[in-house]
Amino acid sequence: MNKTDVNKGSDDYSVRSVVMEMKNITLRFGGVVAIKEISFDILEGEIRAIIGPNGAGKSSMLNVISGFYSPQEGEIWFRGEKRPWLKPYQVARQGIARTFQNIALFEGMSVLDNVMTGRLTHMNSNIFSQALWKGQSEREEVENRDHAERVIDFLEIQHIRKTPVSRLPYGLKKRVELARALVSEPSLLLLDEPMAGMNVEEKEDMSRFILDVNDEFGTTIALIEHDMGVVMDLSDRVVVMDYGRKIGDGAPDEVRNNQDVIDAYLGVSHD
Amino acid sequence: MPDQVLFATEVVLNGLMAGVMYSLVALGFVLIFKASGIFNFAQGVMALFAAMTLVGIQNGQVPFSHLFNAIFGTKIHYFGWEVHSVIAILLTVIVMIFMAWAVQRYIFQYLIGQEPIILFMATIGLAYFLEGVADLMWGAEIKTLNVCLNSDTCLPQGINTVIDSVTFGWFGYGFFVDNLDISATIVAIFLVAVLVIFSQYTKQGRAMRAVADDHQAALSVGISLNYIWILVWSVAGFVALVAGIMWGAKSGVQFSLSLIALKALPVLMLGGFTSIPGAIVGGLIIGVGEKLFEFLIGPMIGGATENWFAYMLALLFLVFRPQGLFGEKIIERV
Repeated sequence: MNKTDVNKGSDDYSVRSVVMEMKNITLRFGGVVAIKEISFDILEGEIRAIIGPNGAGKSSMLNVISGFYSPQEGEIWFRGEKRPWLKPYQVARQGIARTFQNIALFEGMSVLDNVMTGRLTHMNSNIFSQALWKGQSEREEVENRDHAERVIDFLEIQHIRKTPVSRLPYGLKKRVELARALVSEPSLLLLDEPMAGMNVEEKEDMSRFILDVNDEFGTTIALIEHDMGVVMDLSDRVVVMDYGRKIGDGAPDEVRNNQDVIDAYLGVSHD
Repeated sequence: MPDQVLFATEVVLNGLMAGVMYSLVALGFVLIFKASGIFNFAQGVMALFAAMTLVGIQNGQVPFSHLFNAIFGTKIHYFGWEVHSVIAILLTVIVMIFMAWAVQRYIFQYLIGQEPIILFMATIGLAYFLEGVADLMWGAEIKTLNVCLNSDTCLPQGINTVIDSVTFGWFGYGFFVDNLDISATIVAIFLVAVLVIFSQYTKQGRAMRAVADDHQAALSVGISLNYIWILVWSVAGFVALVAGIMWGAKSGVQFSLSLIALKALPVLMLGGFTSIPGAIVGGLIIGVGEKLFEFLIGPMIGGATENWFAYMLALLFLVFRPQGLFGEKIIERV
């Protein structure tokens, strides 16, 4: 898979602006150190992967970014400002959308309704005008609906628009979750193992969608994956974690040849 | 038409109206259970509390006056003014919203992620606490609720006499329907319409449905769970107020009012704990069933069936259709 950076600001990473920067993040659960002094940045318009073996702290890292965990030490800088420790819903309102490893969808709602919830942060009209369906709320509703339909088309889930999510197979649920995250027009999109539990064909589909989203909307994406092959094809830059520490950071090719990374993946003993 | 059939029709009509009163109570339960998984034992007491607050404000009673007088040796009981019903209702709504906030802030915020049984126990505690507060605030004596609903001021010249004469003209037999029951039905229809519009078309309603479905997913689309739970308790408080007004107008505002919660249980078992239409249909079925059973079978077994019929029906439902008529069927995947 060859990536072409048509819609991105620049191919030169030193020119791009930093969307988010982690500085010395340390996260502990009691005596267990899940993340130890990790720093890295995410640049505008790139696909940034976080990889590592099981239990390396990847998901914890994503949960720190999205506010589900608050680390004991370190700082997060978002769009050039130091971010205070926020709750998950506050992070979402800042324009950071996410998906979950084991899918968190509204099972009782249709696909369209699920996607529409992704627009909740874009609804500003007051409750009475919403109830009466007049004025600002009407315009907003039309606009939000329009947006949702575009994303639904883009991710090729038109045929299941009205289907309750609980009836969908796993691969489609993952895609609906991506749609819900995408529809909020996030300035940073976090994907937690978007390809976990998928067959080869579904993985290829998902990879294509991730690349297309990045190309078409210029969305900055940070994703977690432990399938090395997929990640190397997909991402611009890769952070490698092992036992809560960062052991590699750079372009896929650099990382692939890093001795520490090879050791971590092949399981060389640490002595 | 033979008199028996006409009489039975009248019984059904009255049953439907009585059912509306049950539905009103059951609605409050469903709202909270759906959104937060809490079975709110305090719903009945909330209705009592709301009704007492309303009467207290209307009559210009000084809240906590007994406490006040005991400490300072004064003898203040009334401000000496009367508050118009509409203003009093608005003030009571504000009190109920404050209660919702306090319940979330001081009880359930500390119990996030606990077992359902623990949340249930907390609501039992809340029920007794709220009953105590209501007693302390407004006193324990029975009060009459005088919103225009139970007199003839709202419905011109007593709509029951109109119905009576119209049906007499049609069938040669006049139907008797209670004025209050008619008002309750109208109010209930209006209330349900408002709730439906709120939950289907507003941002807050959508967020409420989202929270009811999946907490984590709700957080990830920018919904504050805390805010939604306060909102849900406020809405349930408002529904409790409506139920409190209706029941209070019917049987006086007294402490036994909190027992109407028990009447809601069979309704919920019939309709399902998670369904708003279920609460309404369940209430209607129980209302009609109760009255018809008393009318048809009652004389054969010595009457007084209304006390136990609802529970009997609920028991049958538990055996044959535990999820209720409209509840979600739970299928475990193995």
